[in-house]
Amino acid sequence: MSRDGWEAVIGLEIHVQLQTRTKMFCRCANRYGDPPNTNVCQVCLAHPGVLPVPNRAAVHQAIRVGMALGCTIPSWSQFHRKNYFYPDNPKAYQISQYDSPLCGEGVFHVPAPGGAFEVRLERAHIEEDAAKMIHAGGAGGRLTGSASSVVDFNRAGTPLLEIVTRPDLHSGEDARRFLNLLRATIVAIGASDADMEKGSLRCDANVSVRRVGDTALGTKTELKNMNSFRYLERGINAEIERQIGVLEAGDRVRQATMHYDVATGTVHVLRSKEEANDYRYFPEPDLVPLEPDAALLDELRAALAELPAARIERFVGQYGLPEPIAEALGTGSELARWFEELARLVGDGRLAANWTLGDFSAHLNAAGVVPAESPVTPARMAGLVRLVESGAVGTAAAKQVFAGLVDDPDASAEAIVEARGLGQIGDEAALAAVVDEVVAGNPAQVAQFRAGKVQLLGFFTGQVMRQTGGRAEPKTVQRLLRERLDGS
Amino acid sequence: MATFSTLGLTAERAAALLDARELSCEELAAAYLERIAADDPALHAFLHVDPERTLEAARRHDASGRSGFAGVPIALKDLFCTRGVPTTAGSRILEGYRPVHDGDVVERCQDAGLVSLGKTNMDEFAMGSSTEHSAYGPTRNPWDPETVPGGSSGGSAAAVAAGLAPWSLGTDTGGSIRQPAAFTGTVGLKPTYGAVSRYGVVAFASSLDQVGPFALTVRDVAALYAIVAADDPRDTTNVGPAEAVVRPEGEDLRGLRLAVPRDQLTVGVDAGVLERFEEAVALAVSLGAEVGECTLPHASHGLAAYYLIAPAEASANLARYDGVRYGPRTDGPDVQAMYEATRHDGFGPEVKRRIMIGAYALSAGYYDAYYGQAQRVRTLIRRDFDVAFADYDALLLPTTPTPAFRFGAKLDDPLAMYANDVFTLPANLAGLPGLSIPMGTSDGLPVGLQIVGPAFSENRLFAVGHALERAIGFDPVPPRLQGVTS
Repeated sequence: MSRDGWEAVIGLEIHVQLQTRTKMFCRCANRYGDPPNTNVCQVCLAHPGVLPVPNRAAVHQAIRVGMALGCTIPSWSQFHRKNYFYPDNPKAYQISQYDSPLCGEGVFHVPAPGGAFEVRLERAHIEEDAAKMIHAGGAGGRLTGSASSVVDFNRAGTPLLEIVTRPDLHSGEDARRFLNLLRATIVAIGASDADMEKGSLRCDANVSVRRVGDTALGTKTELKNMNSFRYLERGINAEIERQIGVLEAGDRVRQATMHYDVATGTVHVLRSKEEANDYRYFPEPDLVPLEPDAALLDELRAALAELPAARIERFVGQYGLPEPIAEALGTGSELARWFEELARLVGDGRLAANWTLGDFSAHLNAAGVVPAESPVTPARMAGLVRLVESGAVGTAAAKQVFAGLVDDPDASAEAIVEARGLGQIGDEAALAAVVDEVVAGNPAQVAQFRAGKVQLLGFFTGQVMRQTGGRAEPKTVQRLLRERLDGS
Repeated sequence: MATFSTLGLTAERAAALLDARELSCEELAAAYLERIAADDPALHAFLHVDPERTLEAARRHDASGRSGFAGVPIALKDLFCTRGVPTTAGSRILEGYRPVHDGDVVERCQDAGLVSLGKTNMDEFAMGSSTEHSAYGPTRNPWDPETVPGGSSGGSAAAVAAGLAPWSLGTDTGGSIRQPAAFTGTVGLKPTYGAVSRYGVVAFASSLDQVGPFALTVRDVAALYAIVAADDPRDTTNVGPAEAVVRPEGEDLRGLRLAVPRDQLTVGVDAGVLERFEEAVALAVSLGAEVGECTLPHASHGLAAYYLIAPAEASANLARYDGVRYGPRTDGPDVQAMYEATRHDGFGPEVKRRIMIGAYALSAGYYDAYYGQAQRVRTLIRRDFDVAFADYDALLLPTTPTPAFRFGAKLDDPLAMYANDVFTLPANLAGLPGLSIPMGTSDGLPVGLQIVGPAFSENRLFAVGHALERAIGFDPVPPRLQGVTS
């Protein structure tokens, strides 16, 4: 099965749980992890006579996300009712938006190593989340066939932002890269923690394939259950391969909702699309339209911090960093902030980038902390970088000094070097003694070197380093070695 | 205790008796409760009465000192959520349901010190014009027990007409206050959409529902409107009244320009109703009003538009009654069967009919032709009124084409039942206030005059209604009850 001659066309539908104090249409807490059915009231339980009141903070957050994604923000927007019966949907309609979303069309710019690409956004709209159901007994954790079901209404009525892209993506990798930057943007704004594993970021993909050069879209399938960036990429690629296989076998792709099985890495049909629901959308008569005025939009726009895509491009220009390095540093706001502070202190962006992505990132991963939680502040790190640059500490010893910065949050790099005796030995007399000792102790290697095996210089250097605990200043050591080895 | 009858007793007069300490709040409440105990078994205006609770509330006002209308009793349509007190909306599907919250108007009545006598009967979910669609049996008309009191707020209207409450609250979606007011010889106001909060009103059609008062006089209606009309942040479609409510005093209509939309009176209006109406128009002239004619060219489509919009909204509003979280449940082998059985057993035939019409009108492929078209008609009707109000201060119309009809007369003919709302529902579609006052009787049954004004012109309607009420001199006590004392 080959991808040659085929083009995949992918659009994403993304649901983001907005981080607000209260739910979308009532004053219940919007909090994850509380005991079941404790954050509920007559409004989110859909008792008779209740009315929804929109959460202003959620509306503002949604507008900010829309602005960050390059969407237009219409001056008039409206809620609709989406009608369907299900025990997780207490009113039997979901308040959503239909033909007049809060955020209209936009273009989102995605920097990428192979050249930036653009993804057009169709819309972003606000809606309320459903309750959470847990099915006991029966097959596959689904309502049908289960012995009993319980409903937790804590999530019912919490605010969601649904973001819909145009079909502008062409591979699982593109989709992952786009979603990762979208996530970083939402996190940077503070609109959500957008955590796929927790479900606060959910993504469905509409996938179709066509022959390269064709302009008409192929039949699409909707792919669900991809709860990590890795599974999103793999799931899409698996579905692309499946569709190409179907078409190359002379069959046709059938419209369906597909389920990605993370265990087997395969996709299978969840349900056929033929039985499409009629949601009987109509304008929500309990709510007046949303009409954000120019002053509000200006205020929200002004409050937007620099967004990841712009930051990545700035890092390339300002610090002369290669695109992948800039992306690794600039996607997350916290790491970017840490890096920039270090770059300012040491006055060298490339140097700061190496340290940030090297020892510091390894430490963050190992400790499972974010930059702000690390004892290694940019100022303490700068102390170490300066010692290395001045030659006071060698690269091998630098690793030990860094470990010291982690272990001993109160000590400066200088103090650690001092206390642990990690300073570089640059004193020529001291080094000459060690060099003489090494040369004298390895006559066979000296003979080989003099016979022309010059790469043995590394061996001698290593021996000197071992004897000095890695503290010998390498250039001096090499000069002294050459003098001894070449000289006689 | 002074000897007195609750028959014909206005809220103003009751408050004056309390002010003068001729009566205590408890004695006043007890008098109404006695009257309810004596007459309501036959009338069936109330669905829920809790005498102890009522008397206790009344005693609190005696103890704490009172002012204004504090201590005056009131009856509430069973569509208003009352915390801990059964609220059924006239439906089996809410049998035994006790809300955890009070409606906004219920809170405002409590804040004003009004003492609830109980919850009144109504057509199920306010769908009907006779109370015959109540799951708990119909209410009878105090003027003639063989006729209906109108609906859907028939219980609230009948209670006031029969002296079981000095005033009451109802709701009006297509005429559900004004039509029963006309049928029972009481005064009823459908306020401007947005003047009174809908929070805690069991929803029928959200874009049309509005809460309003019943009383024996326009002044009482104005006073109760002043208590309940307010800006409530829990209802985003609500803004409260535009100006302070003025209880009317003037007895003439000088300087007012009134109009009769003659094009509305061409078909199907009872001769007796027309006679009383022309007399009322003549009276308006004699009181100094300038009375002209106007047209409402699109109002004739109002009935069709209304019976698409209201059921469409109702089909969604009533979808929450599924037996999952509250209310009776009929079990089934799976959740779908449980839904179907619960809703099959819980809803009456008229409610089912409207849910089906509404769901159909919203269906893919039909939306534009039905719901969309009805909304366009609604806009045209609103413009008709705008044009009329460019030249006139208020319009005069009969409230209903006929007086109260007999039980069963229209039960099997939904279209005839719906046609009862022909003069009232255009005001709902346009969001305008409408006041119905008695304009006399036809064949011994009361008939109503409707005054419709621009949005938030309630004070003007009160002024017109009060002056005409004085001039008409209608006695609101049904003749068959006169001479009966409690």
